[in-house]
Amino acid sequence: MATILILGATSDIGAAIAQKFASGKFDVQLAARRPEQLEPLQSDISIRYGVSCSTHAFDALKYEEHASFFNSLSPGPDITACVFGYMEEESLAFDNWAITERMINTNYTGAVSILNVVAKNYISKQKGTIIGISSVAGDRGRASKLIYASAKAAFTTYLAGLRNMCFKEKVHVMTVQPGFVYTKMTENIALPKPITSTPAEVADIIYNAYLKEKNIVYVKWFWRYIMLIIKNIPEFQFKKMKL
Amino acid sequence: MKKQIANWGNYPVVESNEEFFSFPDQLNQLLDEGTAFIPRGNGRCYGDASLAQRTISTLKYNKILLFDISTGVFECQSGLTLDQILEVIVPKGWFLPVTPGTKYITVGGAVASDVHGKNHHIDGSFSNHILEMELVLESKEIITCSPNHKEDLFEATCGGMGLTGVITRVKFQLKKIETSFIKQKQIKAGNLEEVIQLFEQNNQYTYSVAWIDCLQKGAQFGRSILMLGEHARLADLNAKQLQEPLQLPKKRQINFPFNLPSWVLNAFTVKTFNYLFYTKNFKREINKVISYEPFFYPLDAILHWNRGYGKNGFVQYQFVLPLEAKQGLIEILSRISDKGLGSFLAVLKVFGKQESIISFPKEGFTLALDFPVKPGLLEFLDELDQVVLRYGGRLYMSKDARMKPEVLRSGYPDLGKFKDIVRKYNPDGRIHSLQSDRLSLTSN
Repeated sequence: MATILILGATSDIGAAIAQKFASGKFDVQLAARRPEQLEPLQSDISIRYGVSCSTHAFDALKYEEHASFFNSLSPGPDITACVFGYMEEESLAFDNWAITERMINTNYTGAVSILNVVAKNYISKQKGTIIGISSVAGDRGRASKLIYASAKAAFTTYLAGLRNMCFKEKVHVMTVQPGFVYTKMTENIALPKPITSTPAEVADIIYNAYLKEKNIVYVKWFWRYIMLIIKNIPEFQFKKMKL
Repeated sequence: MKKQIANWGNYPVVESNEEFFSFPDQLNQLLDEGTAFIPRGNGRCYGDASLAQRTISTLKYNKILLFDISTGVFECQSGLTLDQILEVIVPKGWFLPVTPGTKYITVGGAVASDVHGKNHHIDGSFSNHILEMELVLESKEIITCSPNHKEDLFEATCGGMGLTGVITRVKFQLKKIETSFIKQKQIKAGNLEEVIQLFEQNNQYTYSVAWIDCLQKGAQFGRSILMLGEHARLADLNAKQLQEPLQLPKKRQINFPFNLPSWVLNAFTVKTFNYLFYTKNFKREINKVISYEPFFYPLDAILHWNRGYGKNGFVQYQFVLPLEAKQGLIEILSRISDKGLGSFLAVLKVFGKQESIISFPKEGFTLALDFPVKPGLLEFLDELDQVVLRYGGRLYMSKDARMKPEVLRSGYPDLGKFKDIVRKYNPDGRIHSLQSDRLSLTSN
């Protein structure tokens, strides 16, 4: 049976993707900075779905360990979902370089570091799928998401480039652009219910998009059009807006 | 984040800061903040238990930790709901030891309300099947308790409405089944006397409950349908059912999309409903083998059925009276019928013996009724409380939104002991709900 690796499995979306693929009988490798936190999810997945599920220590910021981490996985995963991310209040980040740096490095540098390793491996095998969870925030820079949005923009651009590079190597790269999602990250923000998804809905959409080999998936679909409008607001106007 | 929350009765509605945790250290951080709170599960109790200005939700703490298919020992985090458990255990030949009338409650809620089911006279309440559980106290201390370890904390937690700490992990014993079907027998009873006799005659059945038409007077006073059930054996199934004896029920749900205007439910419509419900059983006795879903969870088929009572919400009133207090049952039903306050759901059941500090069930008749909230209702229920107390009965806190502290005190002789245990384990008194304040279980 095929195996999926979830990088950032302690996140709400990571856990939901793991559950969804396990329900489709994929074996699951859960990876996070503190793997002991993954043990309840591991037992839950193996009991519910009867698939094999393992936990692994992975730190997005320890770039030097990424190659050995990935190469030690057995079996090598057929799918890698890169879910980890980090969002802190922008006002704090603006005043504190350590926070800014951590946001950039978690959302972009760390993701590039591990996915370069994964892509190399998949290209050598001429097989594999990479699923990158970016954010609609990256579609246009704005004050309230200064650093987070720019890091996600870089990640989205990286995924597009990677998809282009990997296409002829029979490796598929899928970009997922979630809009508002009810997660730990957004717990203290009042989100408009009609356009907000649950992690389980995000996972369902990702799973179906994976089966159909989609390139870019917005969650939910109308976010593509919301962002289309936002992207098309002229800059002279946009810069005056409070977003 | 502040939002409006309510339990299943939609009464009362309060503004609350609802916070979640997925991992133990996140719960610790929430407890570090030092403000008062009440733990909360899926909000399926009816009244104002589990409501407070700050609630700590267990809904994201919902993983299955252990399921031993050979022994039926099951362990999970407290936010897991019963419907999810059924999906995992039924295909493997196991069932919940005790289940209430909805499967959309969390395991933590099942413990905090010490829920009972149609098998109480045989199997007792949920707490009878707990092997061990873990709580996190207000001090962040983690304590494991069981029927023979830290018994005081265990006893006060079962039925303790979340006041002893955050229940985080529960290990309990499942019940073995051969098939996922129920062999059901329905018997029509012409009046209250007859249904009480039928309960006695059929007390060997694992499951029993009666629906009562509480608007009838005279000779038909208390006419009912008694529903009895056993887990079907393989030999009871037909050829089609035998193809997959442990199958899960098909998901068929309809949603109640909006609140009905509150005038829709009146004596006339309830009378009509009750008439149809009673006369649909043409024969006196009907025997069928059916899926467990319609037997245990008939109302779960309609999502948000509580909206049928309108936006003012409703109050569920459930009491238990000792077996010898049949007269009290008659008095209460007469008062309801005289008042014309029809209840769609009037459910009668006979409880078996149970010893506990704060759990609701004790030997006797229990009756559960729904009343839409309207002027005069609360005064009327205060009158009923006096009848319940006069006959030595008590009310179920999970259904309660309005009883007075004296009513609780008179009904639960061990209340002082319960409060002492709560104070022993949570001396700062940071765990309280609207209900616990109203009932003087905790202080503001």
